[in-house]
Amino acid sequence: MLRALELSKDFGGLTVLHPTSIDFHLGEVHALMGENGAGKSTLMKILAGLYRPNGGQVEWRERQAEFTSPHDALVAGIAMIHQELMPIPDLTVAENITLGSEPCSAFGLIDRPAQLARAKELLSELESDIGPTRLMHTLTVAQTQVVEIAKALGRQADVILMDEPTAALSDHEIAALFRAIARLKARGVAIVYTTHKMDEVFRLADRISVLRDGRLVGTAPASELNPAKLITMMVGRELADVFPVRLPSSNEVLLEVTGLTREPAYRDISFHVCRGEVVALAGLMGAGRTEVVSAIYGLQPASEGRIIFNGTPLAIGSPQDALAAGIGMVTEDRKGLGLIPAIGVGQNITLSALRDFSRGPLIDHTAEAAASHTQMTEFSVKANSPSQPIAQLSGGNQQKALLARCLLGGPELIILDEPTRGIDIGAKAEIYALIQKLARAGKGILLVSSELPEVLSLAHRIVVLRRGSVSATLDAATTDQETVLRHAMPL
Amino acid sequence: MLTLDRNLLHRFGLLLVILFVGLALSLLTDTFLSVANFTNVARQISINGILAVGVTFVLLTAGVDLSLGSVVALSGVACATFAHPGDHSVFVPIAVGLLTGAACGLVNGTLVTLGGVAPFIVTLGMMTIARGLALIFSGGRPVADMSNELTALAGDLFGIPIPVLCFAGVAAAAWFFLRNFRLGRHIYAVGGNENAARAAGVPVEKVKLLAYGLCGLLTGLAGVVLAARITTGQPNAGQAYELDAIAAVVIGGTSLAGGVGTITGTLLGVLLIGVINNGLDLMGVSSYYQAVIKGVIIVGAVWLDRRQARS
Repeated sequence: MLRALELSKDFGGLTVLHPTSIDFHLGEVHALMGENGAGKSTLMKILAGLYRPNGGQVEWRERQAEFTSPHDALVAGIAMIHQELMPIPDLTVAENITLGSEPCSAFGLIDRPAQLARAKELLSELESDIGPTRLMHTLTVAQTQVVEIAKALGRQADVILMDEPTAALSDHEIAALFRAIARLKARGVAIVYTTHKMDEVFRLADRISVLRDGRLVGTAPASELNPAKLITMMVGRELADVFPVRLPSSNEVLLEVTGLTREPAYRDISFHVCRGEVVALAGLMGAGRTEVVSAIYGLQPASEGRIIFNGTPLAIGSPQDALAAGIGMVTEDRKGLGLIPAIGVGQNITLSALRDFSRGPLIDHTAEAAASHTQMTEFSVKANSPSQPIAQLSGGNQQKALLARCLLGGPELIILDEPTRGIDIGAKAEIYALIQKLARAGKGILLVSSELPEVLSLAHRIVVLRRGSVSATLDAATTDQETVLRHAMPL
Repeated sequence: MLTLDRNLLHRFGLLLVILFVGLALSLLTDTFLSVANFTNVARQISINGILAVGVTFVLLTAGVDLSLGSVVALSGVACATFAHPGDHSVFVPIAVGLLTGAACGLVNGTLVTLGGVAPFIVTLGMMTIARGLALIFSGGRPVADMSNELTALAGDLFGIPIPVLCFAGVAAAAWFFLRNFRLGRHIYAVGGNENAARAAGVPVEKVKLLAYGLCGLLTGLAGVVLAARITTGQPNAGQAYELDAIAAVVIGGTSLAGGVGTITGTLLGVLLIGVINNGLDLMGVSSYYQAVIKGVIIVGAVWLDRRQARS
């Protein structure tokens, strides 16, 4: 049994985890639930030896454990899969999976065939067909996640801590992961699991602990809880309905895309977005959704096709062009394409629209401070001050800050790529409300999301992509999850 | 407030180190604590200071410039060539020196942005190219016979050495630029996360080109000031100047990974290196030992700083 005894943690005078005690039993899946910033990741990182607690202790196998590094924890049999992926991009998949535990032959040389075989075996346990000799940086986010999971499986650990392992995975990959977890459980491995997806918790967990604002609200067997109860425990209030009512859109076309093509990612993509309309791009991982919206925003322009915006054909070669035309985007890859980690939240928010708070080439600091203050209040971004580095905020607050950045320039069309990925239910509800508010204000919204309930509730129309082509355009009011999935699955 | 405090602590810590070294030198020598010596220190650090301010821009974008010393020599030679008495107005050699430096910087910037070559390689190449060009243009000999108007640049104005005034002006302008110009903010954004900056609509290529260009321009200025001081254009001048400049910037808290750093920090770094150089001279330490001691202090200062930042 792994026990957290009165563990607590401070960061720069801010207590992120108050003394918390939880028992994790072998052969059980124990879900840690709570909003972003509730202290789940912190608790996991203490258990994995990544953070030293300020108070309390970890007890492992009836003995007090002093983990001074993740290596100590690994040796003791505790492995962690991190929410922020940590691959080494220029090594192969096999080298990443066996990193730190490379099979060696005589003289300490790496036994390549054994390494490949080991990687293949672990990947097949996750029912994945990723080639072990591929370089890590050629993988998608979802595939990278699968590799990270395989890496933790390979440690032969007795406890595996999983911090939102499914955030980037498709349904098929999630199912495979769940089967792997079931096998681990049968072997007597303890799984500690965090997620923001309600259905997962009740499918997987034997026991659930809820954290709120760094304090343990309670621990209970999953059978004694239901989603409504759980949400109440997490947010401390009843959440009647997270999805706001959808309003009818106008018929005025804002964006028209015709024949957009960039082989081999996607081809002949055509659709339109009206003012006041939410159009969702649905599809499996790798169907080309992110690539299509990246082309519209100029991150990776298409090789063929036309983009007509507000009645004018646009040649968008860079995000600068898109922003100037009135197209804004919040990208899927928050860390890689969103945050400037070292500068303050305020400066992150004003980055795209800095020109609006300038006189000539000079920044008007008063106007800028006022704007970032307004945006932080309006989007309820929680930070000590606008100058706090954005890297120190929780995922949900970072995402809200990036939305604030995107909207500060007043774009007409807003592209949101997985806007609610890896953020808690409270922040999700805020983002849903925001999307409706923008639609009501006559903006066009292009939404990419892997969560079908979200797509069906928010969007007016759903454009389904399958392997880089449009397979269907559906009216959200008259369709259901099965229909969308049928069009999304490869034939 | 947390970050503000840490910045203060950082600057305060470095300032304490400088004061401590100063105090030690005041006790160990009877020559350190005097107006004449302080003026001397200021004069000695001004060239490294101008270079350090310039290379701060480049380091902030997560780049590096190894060509500083060679470009100082090339700019000095170019300046001296146009500075013979009676040939041109004094502004011509100054402009030639500045433009030579700026041109080298822009070439570096272009290769880094459009060519996609790593800054380390590009500026390593420029380091030998500029040195070679300086030797070619000068025929390998010092370019002498400079006009008094130009060498007067090494003199005083209102009792303050002109190189020191140049350094002060450059530092003030750079501080103002980074703080108040949109492009200054963009430099931090590009260094912090280039891809995110591009996605946020920051003109990344333009910003980097500007950083290398400004660094080149200031290197040209350092070349002109040095030529005025040694009254010749020396093709072999400026050897390893880039190392002192980069060391000063890093001691001042600028991250080699980009996105973090200030001009105030750079000033303190320049001051620390200057005071150490001066002190070791005053104590009559042999230059062989000086090199060792300086290296230890540079690594030690950065080590202390990073340890502090981690805790």
